[in-house]
Amino acid sequence: MTALADFLAMGGYARFVWPAYGAAALVLSWMLVDSVVAYRRRQRELELLERQRAPR
Amino acid sequence: MIHRFANPARFMRLSAALLPWCAVLGALLIAAGLVFGLVLAPADYQQGDAVRIMYVHVPAAWMASFVYAVMAAASAVGLIWRHPLADIAARAAAPLGAGFTAICLITGSLWGEPMWGTWWVWDARLTSVLVLFFLYLGYIALVNAFDEPTRGARAGAILALVGIVNLPIIKFSVDWWNTLHQPASVFRLGGPTIAASMLWPLLAMALGFTVFFVTLLMVRMRTALIAAKVRALRQVASEAEARPAPRTPRGSLGSVRQ
Repeated sequence: MTALADFLAMGGYARFVWPAYGAAALVLSWMLVDSVVAYRRRQRELELLERQRAPR
Repeated sequence: MIHRFANPARFMRLSAALLPWCAVLGALLIAAGLVFGLVLAPADYQQGDAVRIMYVHVPAAWMASFVYAVMAAASAVGLIWRHPLADIAARAAAPLGAGFTAICLITGSLWGEPMWGTWWVWDARLTSVLVLFFLYLGYIALVNAFDEPTRGARAGAILALVGIVNLPIIKFSVDWWNTLHQPASVFRLGGPTIAASMLWPLLAMALGFTVFFVTLLMVRMRTALIAAKVRALRQVASEAEARPAPRTPRGSLGSVRQ
């Protein structure tokens, strides 16, 4: 337990190290989600259009 | 027609095959960088555990400049050869570069406070990276300000190429001026001055960020190509609705007269 507490304390720099990693994780996640959501949306649009055209 | 779509079609096939591998590789490298950087790498004898901020700050800073170089190179290719993928690549890279620059600035601030006693100083390195951040934002705003995508891409390409003077300023700012920021300790003449136990996590994370960037760049380029196809299909559909008469060969004036 103390090993974990020591790790989380970051030698007294916890309030700088963790926000730095947190901010990086947040921005990288935003980049990932923004890219994938837009990709899926366009893919759905294309599928819809192609299905509408297909029966004719 | 075939010439214009041959390369994007090849890109769609190639990127579809590469995407899953890149995604897995990037995730593994970043995970390795996290474990090495947060747990296995030693604390610095002067900075203690605050040095661990380096493992996100420095790779993000490298990416901030690298992505800009990619964006400027793609802009040049788009401007000179009018390659259909180049403009799309430059546009797709910009938000990712802005993201890495934001990470660099935020983590740098969080590292500066405990080590320098200040969140921010207007020294040459910090200011030139802030300028880089605004270049990305300016590029994104400019490219989206035009209704016609090609005109937006051309204006953006010129901005991206002018802004490239900022890259050597960022790189050499720590040598040319007296900055609070330390000089380079990895990419320098005479080799790295950083201990191997700290260099490995740094390189794992940097490679992880690079693969992450390449993966998302491919996703965003695919998005743009699919969007172009959707636009083309919609135009065909609306033209078909506008004239239900049997299809006539498309002459230069025939469609106008109807």
